[in-house]
Amino acid sequence: METQTLIYIFVGLSFAMYIGIAIWSRAGSTKEFYVAGGGVNPVVNGMATAADWMSAASFISMAGLIAFLGYDASVYLMGWTGGYVLLALLLAPYLRKFGQFTVPDFIGTRYYSKTARVVAVICLIFISFTYIAGQMRGVGIVFSRFLDVSIFWGVIIGMGIVFIYAVLGGMKGITYTQVAQYCVLICAYMVPAFFLSFMITGNPIPQIGLGSEVNDGSGLYVLQKLDLVLQDLGFGAYTDGSKSMIDVFCITLALMVGTAGLPHVIVRFFTVPKASDARKSAGWALLFIALLYTTAPAVGAFARINFIETVDQTSYENAPEWFTNWEANDLIAWQDKNGDGVMQYRAGDAFEGAPVFDEGATGDFGERVVTNAPVTDSENEVYVDRDIMVLANPEIGNLPGWVIALVAAGGLAAALSTAAGLLLVISSSVSHDLLKSTFRPNISEKGELLAARIAATAAILVAGYLGIYPPGWVAQVVAFAFGLAAASLFPAIFMGIFTKFMNREGAIAGMVSGLAFTFGYIFYFKLMNPAANVAENWLFGISPEGIGVVGMLLHFAVAIVVAKMTGRTPSDVRKLVDSIRVPRGAGEAHAH
Amino acid sequence: MAKNTPPDTGETTSANESAYWRDNIRLLVSLMSIWFIVSFGAGILFRDWLDQFMLGGYPLGFWFAQQGSIYVFMLLILYYVVKMRSLERKYDLDD
Repeated sequence: METQTLIYIFVGLSFAMYIGIAIWSRAGSTKEFYVAGGGVNPVVNGMATAADWMSAASFISMAGLIAFLGYDASVYLMGWTGGYVLLALLLAPYLRKFGQFTVPDFIGTRYYSKTARVVAVICLIFISFTYIAGQMRGVGIVFSRFLDVSIFWGVIIGMGIVFIYAVLGGMKGITYTQVAQYCVLICAYMVPAFFLSFMITGNPIPQIGLGSEVNDGSGLYVLQKLDLVLQDLGFGAYTDGSKSMIDVFCITLALMVGTAGLPHVIVRFFTVPKASDARKSAGWALLFIALLYTTAPAVGAFARINFIETVDQTSYENAPEWFTNWEANDLIAWQDKNGDGVMQYRAGDAFEGAPVFDEGATGDFGERVVTNAPVTDSENEVYVDRDIMVLANPEIGNLPGWVIALVAAGGLAAALSTAAGLLLVISSSVSHDLLKSTFRPNISEKGELLAARIAATAAILVAGYLGIYPPGWVAQVVAFAFGLAAASLFPAIFMGIFTKFMNREGAIAGMVSGLAFTFGYIFYFKLMNPAANVAENWLFGISPEGIGVVGMLLHFAVAIVVAKMTGRTPSDVRKLVDSIRVPRGAGEAHAH
Repeated sequence: MAKNTPPDTGETTSANESAYWRDNIRLLVSLMSIWFIVSFGAGILFRDWLDQFMLGGYPLGFWFAQQGSIYVFMLLILYYVVKMRSLERKYDLDD
């Protein structure tokens, strides 16, 4: 069967499954809409958390980042898994014991203040929208490459699917579709990894393959070979980094703490029956996530080897089919700087910026003509977008058509599951925190449920718009959602559980200063003055990616000083802290 | 560590709860130290030194940064789940 037909079948079947699950698990009450009724099995919740967490960035982009950054990409591997230790040990069981519906719920109640709740809602909406725009871009890429529809229709179809199960099913629908999506995405990730690992090393387990010898008879280990090949072409060694140690340290810490502070992840732990289940569930989530995260370094390394071997010193006329496929989607380009008709892949940029194609024009060898000014001090002629590595991997490795189809379905599952989780926290923060708890306390259960659905619909439309017309800043700021979460929500929640003295004034001052500082730093270097974004100008040599750590320390410092200068926390709040620290009694907590 | 047996009445006293909380904090501090050592220690600060050792084809520091720390994270949560269950039984505070 043709690959294209297989893709339609795989994607069509997976979409039909999601819709079927959505119809089966419609939400009838606000409790079902916000927290799936609070009775989700910890293993099921762990799996749903894994799908919720692993976004288009994890599935599509991460292995590509690793392939091109080598050791430096460790920040993502450690940062996006270590946060689950913080969640399981420091936050999840206590938030579950507290037992309401949203993160602002906790902050508003613990700090006895509507202002604190509204500040938390602002942080949450800001974090979630920067994050969701990236998901929609992922949906657009997959659709335009694999399904031959324009990005516009790709996003519309994706939004339609999410609409059906997020708006009808709420958290309940999302939970069960995410379980299905996890299964699809992990198969789609592992199957090509097994193939590639077996082809390159003779060992099908990628985690072991990456530490094995290449089976080309050279007797070199995979990582040694990569180091040699890359240094030959003028790159730095794969196992060496180019980032400074303090920057690697801070980015890793910001990603870890940010992961633990992401509202759409935290809220998943409100859905299990007991506080001890929240701990267990975080453990299961990390296991399901680690399956992909320990495979990704192998996929990245194998992809880099394959890419160099098939592209470098190959004449364009003999270029493999995947090369021209992705060239047609603007994600790969070749500019024949020395006019020999052969593609040279070297260190450095081939030309300035992202490729701008002369529509319809073809060069001497049939390649698409790039109008960018060439970079003359580099021999490199090949531009490649890092995002394509995972999607193109099965084609680069010459894997069968059904593997390519599976990867297309997996990429969509990853993007849709995360988008749905984000839409849900946005809509519940509007209907529950802004309407029910702040501005319209008398709203009925039915009215609140309707408001939640309307808010979810509105959020889908905004997200879809951002996906179709991505503003330039989207790609720039998605990674910063973590820094903002680390500087604003995490410290407030942490001190709410582990201290009794932290009061309303301290918490508000802390959240505002952490958010403002981190946002200001990122805004300055990424949007206002990108030219200044070099190590010499950074505070303590910390890049905008890692600055959330400084924002977090500032939050702690400001909050503690302000709390010490202002009043004692009321006695009922101190009792609340006592009660969330012991697990007994979580079952009833949802009833209030 | 003193053996705190829960009172027979089934009522949890405040002293019992604070003993439970102290034990929990002590456990958290040791587990978070391991969390820090494997990721920030082995994967970042002491990586260059560790890279002189090989684990199969992996330089050891590189292995901690891209594989090992993740495995240890999973073990940490597993240990915490098991240990907390026994702590909660000991102080009769389990859910």
